[in-house]
Amino acid sequence: MDVFNGLMQGFAVALSPGALALCFVGVLLGTVVGVLPGLGPPATIAMLLPLTFKMEPTGAMIMLAGIYYGAKYGGSTTSILLNVPGESASVVTCLDGYQMARKGRAGAALGISAIASFIAGSFGVVALMLVAPPLAKLSLAFSSPEYFALMVLGLAMVVLLAGESLTKALLSMLVGLWIASMGTDLFSATSRFTFGQTSLLGGIDFVVVAIGLFAVGEVMANMESSEPAQMLPLPKGLRNLMPTWQDMKDCRFAFVNGSVIGFLIGVLPGAGSTIASFLSYGVEKAVSRHPEKFGTGVIEGVAAPEGANNAETGGALVPLLTLGIPGSGTTAILLAALVLWGFKPGPLFIEESPAMFWGLVASMYIGNVMLLILNLPLVGVFAQLLKLPGYAMYPLILGVSMIGVYTASGSVFDLGLLCVFGLVGYAMRRLHFPTGPMVLGLVLGDAMEKALRQSLMMSQGDLAILWQRPIPAALLAIAGILLVVPLFKKFNAVRVQVIDQEG
Amino acid sequence: MHDAIRKGDFWAGLFLAALGAFIVEESMGWIYLGEEGPGAGFFPRWYGIAMVLLSLLMVAGAVFKGPPATRSRAVAWGEIRRAMGCWAALVVCIALLKVLGFLIAFSLLGWFLIAVMFRQPQKIALGVSVGGSLGFYLLFSFGLDLSLPGGMLF
Repeated sequence: MDVFNGLMQGFAVALSPGALALCFVGVLLGTVVGVLPGLGPPATIAMLLPLTFKMEPTGAMIMLAGIYYGAKYGGSTTSILLNVPGESASVVTCLDGYQMARKGRAGAALGISAIASFIAGSFGVVALMLVAPPLAKLSLAFSSPEYFALMVLGLAMVVLLAGESLTKALLSMLVGLWIASMGTDLFSATSRFTFGQTSLLGGIDFVVVAIGLFAVGEVMANMESSEPAQMLPLPKGLRNLMPTWQDMKDCRFAFVNGSVIGFLIGVLPGAGSTIASFLSYGVEKAVSRHPEKFGTGVIEGVAAPEGANNAETGGALVPLLTLGIPGSGTTAILLAALVLWGFKPGPLFIEESPAMFWGLVASMYIGNVMLLILNLPLVGVFAQLLKLPGYAMYPLILGVSMIGVYTASGSVFDLGLLCVFGLVGYAMRRLHFPTGPMVLGLVLGDAMEKALRQSLMMSQGDLAILWQRPIPAALLAIAGILLVVPLFKKFNAVRVQVIDQEG
Repeated sequence: MHDAIRKGDFWAGLFLAALGAFIVEESMGWIYLGEEGPGAGFFPRWYGIAMVLLSLLMVAGAVFKGPPATRSRAVAWGEIRRAMGCWAALVVCIALLKVLGFLIAFSLLGWFLIAVMFRQPQKIALGVSVGGSLGFYLLFSFGLDLSLPGGMLF
């Protein structure tokens, strides 16, 4: 099926009343989540995932993806008005966005942020649509050794960019692999790590771990302090939100820069929107005629990173949908959602589930338009959400978490596990262990073990199969280099600098 | 050494080393390599060994490195107490689910967090917690036809 026909089929799906409504709910929820500091897209998607089990999968995926990219639009609001990023990708927007707001240009900053997000977000979807089908065809040649090596490379990249300490990121990933091993081994029917509990024979539900780590862990971390941030006055009226023609001219390169860098970084596992936004900000500053003004309220300093973090979404969906390899905690949850609904993301996904793939792509075009409309005239309404007190929000998050877990399994035992993983998530935050590698280890663990064991069955137990074939050999070599390079102090200093900027 | 012990990294490393050792020990009881290829013990043994080595590396780092970096400030026990109070309330709420049911147990959790931890007036605490409970019931039970945990009372 060519791209045009596919897209037409996608629009037929995405323009149905039900899909449109779910897309709207998704982007609206995403914007709300993006605006509220302390509640991120992974927590929200994890909490809502079990509630989608009774829904039609394409509509449910459209909604969850809407939360994912909608949060990136909303994230800039608090960065600009409060100097508090709504989510990690909006950290760099604080630099110039907040300064613009202090100079009375909050409206222009919010407006250019929405426009850049729309342009780059749409570019990301076009690129996803053009890149995904050929990549899927290319990866049809992959068998178990190639998949194993690809998953090792994906995990290595996530580990590399996940935290200041490579050791902690690796340990976090290994714990994820351990949790993935729990339950009955499908090759030999051996029970592993079940501690005599029949409830663990089927393994631990991904939803329990994700909600525990992200939602409960986040609530616990937020409960530590209850001091509200000070909000700056928001300009009233649409006219104040529209950037001037000169602003748009100044941002021409920033739109292109954010779009291209955001998409390319998104395709790489582990890099994520935070790095995309920092990189595009750096490039914008480097090529600017007035780099010394960056950080004092320059409009390009808002447009470039906001564009990049939205274009990244399209990029991140490329490896997720064509290879079945997620690059971040949020995309790992989306992968789990697809698998739970009975889909198999990978080289055959576009051919086997065209309505899902093209429906999702088409919905992202529609969702970006909805977000532009929501985020220009209604930004004032969303900013009012910041007045919602924590004491009202946190119990509700815990309530939705409990309902989400109970809905997924109907088991009170799983609610007990939710408490355990909530505590683990909190401890990991306190001790600076990144949670991303753990979630990725959990999601990929099963498939990785299966691919390794199948590879070794093919070679009668000879590990050489992993380096005698060119693709796995190259992928494993790159993974090895990625993990060894930080041992050299100079390279590690650069890596830590990048991650420090994230935090 | 005393400083190192105080570091969370040291204890986390020890815990993870013990977990790694447990994984390796358990995997010894399963087939490593059989006639049909790798068995159930193959993969866990390797990541278990990796876990032991890496966590011991972390312990060694905590012992032999200098004082904590500037960003790792002294442990704020007050903050941890608040977070653990919230967690304990969640545990109690879940333990009470089978007896009280979701509506009452969640109302109690909400009331505890709002009235006790955030020190808000009773009117607000009761309003938000009971209102939230009823809202969940209406939205999920009636609206979405999902079952909430039931208890002996409700």
